[in-house]
Amino acid sequence: MGHLSKEEGIKAVKKGLILLAVITLVEVLVSLFGKGHLGIDPSFSFELNLGLIEGNIAPLLIVVGLLLIGLSLYKAYYIVYMFMHMADEVKGLRMSVVLPMLLFVWAVIAFFQEGNSWKERRDLILEKNKIESKDMISQNAVKDEAVLENSAEN
Amino acid sequence: MATDTVKEHVGPSEDGAWDGGKAPMKASYGKLMMWYFLLSDAFTFTGFLIAYGTLRFSSPTWPVPDFVFKTFPFVEASKELPLIFVTVMSFILIISSGTMVRAVQEGHRENQKGVVFWMLMTVIGGAAFLGCQAWEWSNLIGTEKMTVTVNPFGTHTHSGAYLNDDGSINNDDTFQVGSSYLIHSVEHASHGHGGGHGDGGNVEEGHEEGHEAHDDGHHGDDHADEHHGDDHAVSADYSEGDHPSYLVKDGFVQRKYKIMDESGEFSDDTYSEAFGPKAFGALFFAITGFHGFHVFSGVLFLFIIMINAASGLYAERKNGYEMVEKIGLYWHFVDLVWVFVFLAFYLL
Repeated sequence: MGHLSKEEGIKAVKKGLILLAVITLVEVLVSLFGKGHLGIDPSFSFELNLGLIEGNIAPLLIVVGLLLIGLSLYKAYYIVYMFMHMADEVKGLRMSVVLPMLLFVWAVIAFFQEGNSWKERRDLILEKNKIESKDMISQNAVKDEAVLENSAEN
Repeated sequence: MATDTVKEHVGPSEDGAWDGGKAPMKASYGKLMMWYFLLSDAFTFTGFLIAYGTLRFSSPTWPVPDFVFKTFPFVEASKELPLIFVTVMSFILIISSGTMVRAVQEGHRENQKGVVFWMLMTVIGGAAFLGCQAWEWSNLIGTEKMTVTVNPFGTHTHSGAYLNDDGSINNDDTFQVGSSYLIHSVEHASHGHGGGHGDGGNVEEGHEEGHEAHDDGHHGDDHADEHHGDDHAVSADYSEGDHPSYLVKDGFVQRKYKIMDESGEFSDDTYSEAFGPKAFGALFFAITGFHGFHVFSGVLFLFIIMINAASGLYAERKNGYEMVEKIGLYWHFVDLVWVFVFLAFYLL
């Protein structure tokens, strides 16, 4: 957080702004390319069967996705370390803020996996929901009968 | 004797890390707590964004952002400018982050005038961003009728063709699997925007849009009908119920179509445009709303701190305008969150 002179300060901000603006522009262009707006169709895909990895792979779309995520992470790093001056803080502070965020890696993998499996077993889940609700109706009916019998006995 | 045992517990040296009187983080209490608040806020936002990702992964279809976010203020809705408006919004936020850095720098130099000027620039940037977001929301809610439970942005899961007004197949109005559509509200459709809006960009559509641009000059008069003779109902009857080429339900015009199999044969069954996944509207409004609320409170606090700086309050403290530094941390964090909101909602 050094005490920069006015000129040094302006220079640092200019550099940061140009960097972030250029990355954002590149991101938008990559995204538009991925959606097929730049005249090239990126959705070319092939069937892959490697045991574990199976299904349709569209290599260009995967590159687009990874590029977008990578550039966004770089922007985040730049904002935190340069604009928020995290780079000038002591290691303890840096690590106490950055390390907990590693939990996100687990969370993203676990939850997206969950979502994906939910999609793949959508029909099964809908079917099961139906069966369960039917069970509940019949159970309630049984209960109602029991209540009626009880009240008749009394 | 007793003091000796205590000393052993404390450790070998009197000025060890645990003896107090030292700031191991070398940051003031306020700054440290701002960092930890931001960390907790990052967890909140990540929770939201992971929920978005999970629901998106779990849906067979999802509205594509370049189709949903292609409008621009003061530009005809039929002109497609995918993602341009949100890019402008991103630039506004990035620039306001830059002006904030300048304000903090001037604070370190104890330059009161500089601090106030650059904070004012930041406040203006934040307000401009909020204005853009207000327009985006009002367009989605007012014109496109998206709500937290209704998502009119659908995706075709088959290839096929729309129907003519008499219920026959229109071979010029086809769509591919995966293409997007917007189910228009009755109000929107009857203003000459028609029901159809594929994203194929075929010749027929260009032709149709030319008409639309013309129609907008005379909203609601009978010229509109003349121009729409071919594709859309001449006597645009959008009363609730079943029509030969569309279904009007709850104020929405769902166009009918037949699906085409691989050999080019059309199905016997007629389908109507289905609404997109419900969760989209709820997630969009909740997450961009939560971020917008952060921007709003940021602008508010920036304004208060700017007034304080102008009054000379911080100059007296002689601590390099630390309060400006703290609100600066918050403001950069808001920009940081936007990077990921932008990624999840608009880029991917």
